[in-house]
Amino acid sequence: MISYIIRRLLYAVPILIGVNLLTFALFFMVNTPDQMARVQLGDKHMDAKAIEAWKAERGYDKPLFMNEREDSEGLLTDTIFFDKSVRLFALDFGKSDEGRAIIEDIQQRMWPSLAVALPSFILGILVNISLALFVVMFRGSLFDTGAMVACVAMMSISGVFYVFAGQFFFAKMWHLVPVSGYVPGADAWRFLILPVVIGVISGIGSGVRLYRTLFLEEASKDYVRTARAKGVSELGVLFRHVLPNGMIPILTSVVVVIPSLFMGSLLVESFFGIPGLGSYTLDAIQAQDFAIVRCMVFLGSVLYILGLLLTDISYTLVDPRVRLS
Amino acid sequence: MTDWMMIKPVVLWSDSLIFLLALLLILFFVHMARNPVARMRWRTVFASPTGMGAFLVILFYILVALLDSIHFRQPLEQSDASSDVHYSQQVDSVLDLIIGDLRGKDEKTYSAPFAIYSFAKETRTLDDGSIVRDFPRLEHAGVHLSDPAEHWHDIRNRTLEALLIGLAISAALVLLHWQWRNRCDAVACGPRKEYLPWKTIYGTLAFLVFATVWVLKLGGLYHILGTNMVGQDTLYQAIKGIRTGVLIGTLATILTMPLAIVLGICAGYFRGRVDDLVQYVYTTLSSIPGILLIAASILLIDVYIETHPEQFALTVERADFRFLALCFILGMTSWTGLCRLLRAETLKVSQLDYVQAARAFGVPHWRILASHILPNITHLILISLVLDFSGFVLAEAILSYIGVGVDPTMASWGNMINDARAELSRDPVIWWSVSAAFLLMFGLVLAANLFSDRVRDAFDPRAANKA
Repeated sequence: MISYIIRRLLYAVPILIGVNLLTFALFFMVNTPDQMARVQLGDKHMDAKAIEAWKAERGYDKPLFMNEREDSEGLLTDTIFFDKSVRLFALDFGKSDEGRAIIEDIQQRMWPSLAVALPSFILGILVNISLALFVVMFRGSLFDTGAMVACVAMMSISGVFYVFAGQFFFAKMWHLVPVSGYVPGADAWRFLILPVVIGVISGIGSGVRLYRTLFLEEASKDYVRTARAKGVSELGVLFRHVLPNGMIPILTSVVVVIPSLFMGSLLVESFFGIPGLGSYTLDAIQAQDFAIVRCMVFLGSVLYILGLLLTDISYTLVDPRVRLS
Repeated sequence: MTDWMMIKPVVLWSDSLIFLLALLLILFFVHMARNPVARMRWRTVFASPTGMGAFLVILFYILVALLDSIHFRQPLEQSDASSDVHYSQQVDSVLDLIIGDLRGKDEKTYSAPFAIYSFAKETRTLDDGSIVRDFPRLEHAGVHLSDPAEHWHDIRNRTLEALLIGLAISAALVLLHWQWRNRCDAVACGPRKEYLPWKTIYGTLAFLVFATVWVLKLGGLYHILGTNMVGQDTLYQAIKGIRTGVLIGTLATILTMPLAIVLGICAGYFRGRVDDLVQYVYTTLSSIPGILLIAASILLIDVYIETHPEQFALTVERADFRFLALCFILGMTSWTGLCRLLRAETLKVSQLDYVQAARAFGVPHWRILASHILPNITHLILISLVLDFSGFVLAEAILSYIGVGVDPTMASWGNMINDARAELSRDPVIWWSVSAAFLLMFGLVLAANLFSDRVRDAFDPRAANKA
């Protein structure tokens, strides 16, 4: 097991190098720092000196790969590639284009993101599983068909619509919760209810439909039929046999997103004004802060690869027949 | 009056691509129709009322998008007798000619759906010199009314009229079709298409005809869905958004599909080093969070556009370049899923006996791939094509909201929703602009979802076994 995990982690290294090279190519070779500086500074203060100053301030004035002015020591290290890309592997994110330390921002903004994402995730799974099981109970009936039509309709509605509708009804008309905002500490729950509820509702359509298929697949297996033939009640079959076994594919399929919960959701956080990593990334995109976007791309890839690893491990935990090799 | 010989066609890249695509799709369907198994599967898709109805609705959207993809510039009025013609900077499409009544009737600012008075109070000086502050009449809505009190009455009458015309046209079409079918019976021209759900077809067509007639009849007299902040007709904006939605759904999948097909099949067929390399490429690409990759790439495209203004003469061309880039990048973030599927399926198919036999006989690789492997995985390509479509349409709205979607000058549902952020926080709420975008988007996505469900049921062998 441990040797497998180590091997998988080693396998992640070339992928991360690939991600790193790709982002480096995107950010520094397709567009040179000169062009970035020009866009950032705007037309007003654009002259050669201002561009040089902007680049020097942020360390973009070095050569890309090879620094021939330096001696052997700085030949490879005193370059943009080393400063901006290789250092990411040590989780040294450097400074944003505005001059703030990115790692501190991340540490600070991670918690509001988690406060929204974790409850949405857990509650979402619970709600979807219970609704799917309820639909499966009435499988083949008119209720089943109606529920599936409703699911397809809910899937077809844009996520933005749920946010608008939620804010309009819960916050503006009925004044149950604040429209948006966030305070740290114990009082945060008032601001968290609406985003979590919206997050759960917007996922119901696709979630219930998928889980229903998985449960139905389980319910058509031989051992379930045997149990029914032995006289186990329909409810007993569902809760004793179908539910636990149907949970296996569900849980292993959601494990992959767990690490990414730290990153938060761009959409929810920006709509509800939650100062998490999602809105941090979004602000960076809108302010064209390339340093932050680059770091978030790298962080996102690391978390995703971690999620893949967790998925494979979870397979062995729930199903002893699967051997890791 | 415009001289039609003088118009100057404008061919945008996305225009030519969408027509090429339509052609390819037709060829693809003709090709599939010759295969008896595929024909049987399509038959089950179209025999179900939901599948057929959804297909017609999608077809209607595509038709609007195609009409909106034939662009041209009209000549300006000539002031002197010189021979060279100057063209308007504005680029029109054939669709603009059809629903031209909705355009160019800009009010000053917001107005509610069907309103004849403005949404904002204004200070006016009356004829007798007194100054009042009230809601002024709109300049282009309900101007034919002599008495404002008749307003709703007039709308009801005209709706009834549109309903009658719509019914008449649909009835004429249905009768024509019946006639044709009966004559076909007499002269025996091929098998009758009895399996098709004709009631659904007639119903859907009647609805679409009525909607079109209604919009054309009332659109010129009122602002059916109100106007936006700068007074443009909301319905016109929403209809223009159809092209963006349809194009993003199709182009994003198809631009990168060759990549997915070639890499997926090669990885599954040749295995070994090739497989390792392809797997590495798609794991790397899919491990980057999609939305961030899109955002980063669009930021770079923006920088490129800003530093190369000489390449884009018209605003439309700039918007089109960014749009195509967006489609391509959206495709880049999603082709990995299809590639993985195709690789797994090819691995399985290339183990089949007849493929092994072909190999043993020394049939060249490309022929095995083309005649044995590819036909066995076409259903996966088809399923992923229809499944991805709705996802991309929805993604456009979110991306435009974040600011990395289509160009702000381009008519799109995402841009309309983006504007709604400010509108929804006003009091009274301005709900019509965002509702129009959501409504048209919902129609397209729902139809696509229903259709893709049917296609998947018909073509996925696993789903067939389960039933």
